[in-house]
Amino acid sequence: MTVFRRLLAGLSTLVLPAYGLAAEYNLTVDRVTIDTGDFVKEGIGYNGASPGPVLRFKEGENVTINVTNNLDEMTSVHWHGLILPFTQDGVPGVSYPGIRPGETFTYQFPIVQSGTYWFHSHSGFQEPNGAYGAIVIEPRDADPVAFDREYVVQLTDKHPHDGDRIMRNLKMMPDYYNRQQLTVGDFVSEARDRGFWATMKDRMMWGDMRMMKADVEDVQGFTGLINGHGPAQNWTGLFRPGERVRLRFINSSAMTYFDVRIPGLTLTVVEADGNRVRPVPVDEFRIGVAETYDVIVEPRDDRAYTIFAESMGRSGYARGTLATRAGQTAPVPDRRPPSYLTMADMSGMPGMDHGDMGHGDMNHDDMGHGAAAMDHSEMAHGEMSHGNMAMDHADQASDDGAMDHGAMAHGEMNHGAASHEAMGHDQMAPMATADMSEHDAVPAGHAVGRHRAMAARTDDAAMSHAGTAPQGREHNPFYARGSGLTPEAANGGRFLSYADLRAAQPLYPERAPTREIELRLTGNMERYSWSINGVKFEDADPIRLQYGERVRFKFVNETMMTHPMHLHGMWSILDVGAGQWNPIKHVVSVQPGTTVYMETEVDAPGQWAFHCHLSYHAASGMFRKVVVEGGPDTAVGTTPVQGGDA
Amino acid sequence: MSPVVAAEPDPHTARYFWGIQFEEFEYRYSDSDEEVASWDGDAFYGTDELKLRWLGKGEYGIDERAYETLENQLVLQTPISDFFDAKAGVRVDTPEGPDRTYGVLGIAGLAPYWFEIDASLYFGEGGQAMTELDVEYEWLLTNRWIVNMGLDATYAFSEDRAIGIGRGLSSTELGLRLSYDLIDRTLSPYVGVVHEKAYGDTRDLAREDAESTEEWYAVAGVRWMF
Repeated sequence: MTVFRRLLAGLSTLVLPAYGLAAEYNLTVDRVTIDTGDFVKEGIGYNGASPGPVLRFKEGENVTINVTNNLDEMTSVHWHGLILPFTQDGVPGVSYPGIRPGETFTYQFPIVQSGTYWFHSHSGFQEPNGAYGAIVIEPRDADPVAFDREYVVQLTDKHPHDGDRIMRNLKMMPDYYNRQQLTVGDFVSEARDRGFWATMKDRMMWGDMRMMKADVEDVQGFTGLINGHGPAQNWTGLFRPGERVRLRFINSSAMTYFDVRIPGLTLTVVEADGNRVRPVPVDEFRIGVAETYDVIVEPRDDRAYTIFAESMGRSGYARGTLATRAGQTAPVPDRRPPSYLTMADMSGMPGMDHGDMGHGDMNHDDMGHGAAAMDHSEMAHGEMSHGNMAMDHADQASDDGAMDHGAMAHGEMNHGAASHEAMGHDQMAPMATADMSEHDAVPAGHAVGRHRAMAARTDDAAMSHAGTAPQGREHNPFYARGSGLTPEAANGGRFLSYADLRAAQPLYPERAPTREIELRLTGNMERYSWSINGVKFEDADPIRLQYGERVRFKFVNETMMTHPMHLHGMWSILDVGAGQWNPIKHVVSVQPGTTVYMETEVDAPGQWAFHCHLSYHAASGMFRKVVVEGGPDTAVGTTPVQGGDA
Repeated sequence: MSPVVAAEPDPHTARYFWGIQFEEFEYRYSDSDEEVASWDGDAFYGTDELKLRWLGKGEYGIDERAYETLENQLVLQTPISDFFDAKAGVRVDTPEGPDRTYGVLGIAGLAPYWFEIDASLYFGEGGQAMTELDVEYEWLLTNRWIVNMGLDATYAFSEDRAIGIGRGLSSTELGLRLSYDLIDRTLSPYVGVVHEKAYGDTRDLAREDAESTEEWYAVAGVRWMF
């Protein structure tokens, strides 16, 4: 079969309203009823349903989309991840005034890219209330990713409360929705394991900061949906054994990161945020809010496979099935125990003196690993990576002069522990080699870039913590070392990291950034107030960029929550230390206690939104307007700008 | 020249909020067979920067059919640090007996180790002044069964015989309540015990009036929030 015929065969099985290259689309914004299987509630949708339709475009076409607002309030539609003229971007107050009740707004823009994206309302809390849908853009030429069949797998976290109510409740009581707080029972069992005083000291440290180890998911109580179906309703995609199935994962959640796996299948990640990456086979991946990942799976057996998307904090999950016939199901895994933050996740906070923090208390038990496992990994770290550590030290010393080397607590590595022998040096040798070979293999710029990424201020606390990888897996530079959020694959296999992503093709010639803009992600959980550089949107000046420059953004997460930062209109080139092969994204997740860099070619004139994609963080201030000055004529209008980079 | 978009009310920031909460809304039965309805609630409207808040407390004697205490405060509240707000306003007491009006200055917020603190200074027309400290602490038995411990202490800088307040530490109220979050955090029924005690000159004044100076109550009520 030719690729083309296989493609058609795959497409014909899709549950789509229509497939074609028609350049005109109609969308209505409606009040709808949403049934999750757990509860039924009123919400907002498109063309009478939530999620809305899957819009299929083709690279190179000019689309016209008529959006009719059937609500009794303003609405808007934002085309998430699409590169288009700013007047078509759909952000009220930034791109255009919005769409009034009863009004039809006509969007017109050229499709200059391919891949998986989505669309959603940018007005109030309409998106958490259901106003979202998927976009699939077929490449202009033959798709370099071969597949027989494809499905959109659009995740969301549907909550019984509507968005306004959630926001108000969070403002009244920031832990209103947090039902994974540590209890007296947790204290007792922890005290039994590690001693009363150690547990007491741990609680005192957190209490002193007035922060909660449980602040991983601040809006719990949702039902995870796949394409609008709750776990009990079990969305199912059919396949024939031996087919290559392309799954287009989209996280349209208001607040929830999902860890996605399909027990029994390897997921080969081929696209991130709509852009092709060098294929990475993994057992599990974490999809941040608003991100998209395309994966290929090749189910060979005539049986069902469960798509299991467990929330990062483990308070909820979405579930679907790949099956060879309707009604077939596979076992649904249990959720893993809740994740809790560690002191390492706090290391981005200013004024935190790690020297005082009693590292002896914070490491092993906080991470919830057995002591033996930790001894193992700490030793692995100590033994294997002294070379790396030396470099880290130098890097961090220049990065943060206040670092306390004395506090690194090498003594805690338990070299003398009996398990030293047992853990096996032979196991360590290949790991060390792997580590080195990766360094050898990378392009010249890599070492520097990588350390930039690692500069991650995971710093001193991190050093003594030696990662969370019990099997000696390499530390994930996008999490603070010792972070309670560092994901691990449920089957002990490979978990996708940003560090694994390499662009399949560079989008722009590599060049040095013209300047660096530091953006500290800030907030106060107790007041449920979120901001950038300590300033909320309503009090902030826009970020001004010059057309033609290449800006390096430095994100320093000073909060204890993960923030998916989304820049509209231009690509976010995430620095994973791979130079021109750095992956191209539209959302960059910044974990607590880390510093992450991305670069942007400023090639889109106009006014753009830039914000944390967690709905209630954006709404309470973690939002900026970005103004791109200069460049081609930017008169307001609906005339599509031809061309563009993609 | 930078492009211009029609100015619209900013849709991205939710700025104004309101809420109503009754920390205590209960029936009390004392060891001297006294029955009392009691409440302690507040409501607010405003922004992160400035809130208008009403605080109300009262005790209604069911047998006497009279308000033993009835306080209403209206304050403006603004953040002064990451975890604390300052507040200023007016307090009007209209129980059985003489009314009193005070100016209020106070702070409210979260102290290290998760103690909720509300401390106020009241100054009355006749130069009377007193302070009140309210400390709350929660213990999570589970994520829905919660033990709430509260201490409320009043210290008077001057005597106000007409309302039975003597100089010095005048009274404390200590409460221990076990609640269950029945509907979200909206409705949490509870049971508990409350101990009220008068001290020093205030105690002497109470004795002169043949009032009790120390009382234990069994309480049952609901905490609610909307």
